[in-house]
Amino acid sequence: MQIYVCVKHVPDTAAKITVKAPNQIEEAITFIMNPYDENAIEEAVRIKKRRGDAEVIAVTLGKPAAENTLRSALAMGADRGILILTEDPPDSLVTARALTVAIEQDGTPDIIFTGKESIDNAGFQTMYRLAAALDMTVVSNVAAFALEGKRVVVECQMEGGARGVIELSLPCVIGAGKGLNKPSYPTLPAIMQARRKEVKRIALDSLRIEKPSARADILELKPAVEARRAQQLKGSAEEVVRQLIRILREEARVIE
Amino acid sequence: MEKVGILIEVKADQIKKANYGVITAARGRDRQLYAFLLDGGRADHKLTLGRYGIHKIIEIAGQEGPLEWNPATWAQAVIEAMEYFGIRTLLGLTSSQGKDLLPRIAARLDAPLVMDCIHLNLAEHTVRKPQYSGKTIATLKVQGGHCIYGVRPNAIAAQPAPCEAETVIYRTAPAPAGLTVKAIKQAMSAGVDLSEAEIIIAGGRGMENGENFKILFECAALMGAAVGASRAAVDADWVPYAMQVGQTGVTVSPKVYIACGISGSVQHFAGMKTAGLIVAINQDLTAAIIGKCDYAIVADLFEIVPRLTRKLQALDGRI
Ligand SMILES: Cc1cc2nc3c(=O)[nH]c(=O)nc-3n(C[C@H](O)[C@H](O)[C@H](O)COP(=O)(O)OP(=O)(O)OC[C@H]3O[C@@H](n4cnc5c(N)ncnc54)[C@H](O)[C@@H]3O)c2cc1C
Repeated sequence: MQIYVCVKHVPDTAAKITVKAPNQIEEAITFIMNPYDENAIEEAVRIKKRRGDAEVIAVTLGKPAAENTLRSALAMGADRGILILTEDPPDSLVTARALTVAIEQDGTPDIIFTGKESIDNAGFQTMYRLAAALDMTVVSNVAAFALEGKRVVVECQMEGGARGVIELSLPCVIGAGKGLNKPSYPTLPAIMQARRKEVKRIALDSLRIEKPSARADILELKPAVEARRAQQLKGSAEEVVRQLIRILREEARVIE
Repeated sequence: MEKVGILIEVKADQIKKANYGVITAARGRDRQLYAFLLDGGRADHKLTLGRYGIHKIIEIAGQEGPLEWNPATWAQAVIEAMEYFGIRTLLGLTSSQGKDLLPRIAARLDAPLVMDCIHLNLAEHTVRKPQYSGKTIATLKVQGGHCIYGVRPNAIAAQPAPCEAETVIYRTAPAPAGLTVKAIKQAMSAGVDLSEAEIIIAGGRGMENGENFKILFECAALMGAAVGASRAAVDADWVPYAMQVGQTGVTVSPKVYIACGISGSVQHFAGMKTAGLIVAINQDLTAAIIGKCDYAIVADLFEIVPRLTRKLQALDGRI
């Protein structure tokens, strides 16, 4: 069985983001594997450990530096990697097409894992597009996963902590949520070994993806303005609470 | 006349308030607004939806009755209804349900989709959305035969614009989709839903333990508020993950966010920075949140929250 895991190289959440051009940020900052993708890799590796006959292939699309995230995936237990290289990361439609073509050219996926969202541009859609293109079933925000023969049973996180128990047929695409598992940190030998694992490099252009007529382009990227003028409420606890009540009632108008 | 579809979310037979902001964003000259309702229940929503400018309510149902929740068949049913009524633009909420339905629909239609929009200009096909944990705001332009948008709940203020709504029933029998919903496990009720709440009172590491969250729930009940938490409180198992606000939790946009014993990490802010008013109760003047909020109360939360509760009780008694 072949399990593909799509991972993304994203700025660390704590990194300062500086806008350089409409669609460009300063990249001399710390990058990490998208947090939910760690859950995705972890789950794939667990399946492999249980079944023995599974191969786990990590796939990413990005700039050359994205190889670091691919190596992290390999250190976590993926067998090999595919790096689709581009200097100009495309929109969600093209990204999904590229991942689809790269996976199709490489093998026959039984399961594709992704993270439920990427924390950089929060598109929430890659898994659904992969599934539509490959005619696979799909669920996202998955908090529990079980493979039982030819069927998969998952629990999807729903509103307010409810969970939908869903059964789906293979092949399928799974968007991993945070509750799915606790990713284990790779050991030093695993990190060393990961350096020697195979990474196939493919130029995005060489995939000859037909430009879709539909698209979503970033026209402008601006730093978010922090417009709050922090004001301290002063006085005794009693006075402070009185001021707070006044704010809730007269300024925010959320209480009577 | 351009037709715009809006995927309406219902909870316990009631239209969720956050929908009205989406309808407001969808309005425009020479535009006909279609509300798609899949689980409207028995209630008649003509008046409520009409008040915000919906022209047609499309109740999507199965041949025999309502369509049971199944994201794949629901998405398929919406696509069929869009086709039938000639609708090429669809809006919905970036909620749990919206995050499951809108991308399914967009993927099947091979349409562009932007989630988490905080501003829309449908005439120009441009939208704005936060990226990089809300550290930047991106303006995007979408092009395509169909265009789909997810709006961040409560990010756009609802403005009434009354008109006469008409209800049409659209029956369909979507093909089985290789995906079966076996059960829905309800969570222990945590009161008001976070993404819907006008007021959120949230606790962090400063709450010290799970038991102490009781004071937040008591206070919240009096204001009709929801209770949220930081990841520190969730990781310590004081409260369930569903209550986590932030980068890797829920994103919220209430009118008021009251953070108690929360330091104001970038990741926490990623989930609540678009709140109307942020109030911080933190005893440490140097905590990051003190400089990033609207009103700071530099004090022990255990001194402030119970007092706030008592004052609210007194107000309640007076009415
Ligand atoms: C990839 C990633 C994703 C993350 N996602 C999230 C996320 O989704 N949500 C999230 O919240 N965090 C997230 N974090 C964690 C985040 O970085 C912080 O660690 C976390 O938000 C801290 O929680 P806190 O503010 O409750 O705790 P602390 O930072 O420990 O702050 C506690 C605060 O309480 C105050 N305090 C203590 N006692 C009292 C008292 N009696 N009265 C008043 N004030 C008091 C203290 O002064 C302090 O400021 C993420 C981190 C990473 C790396």
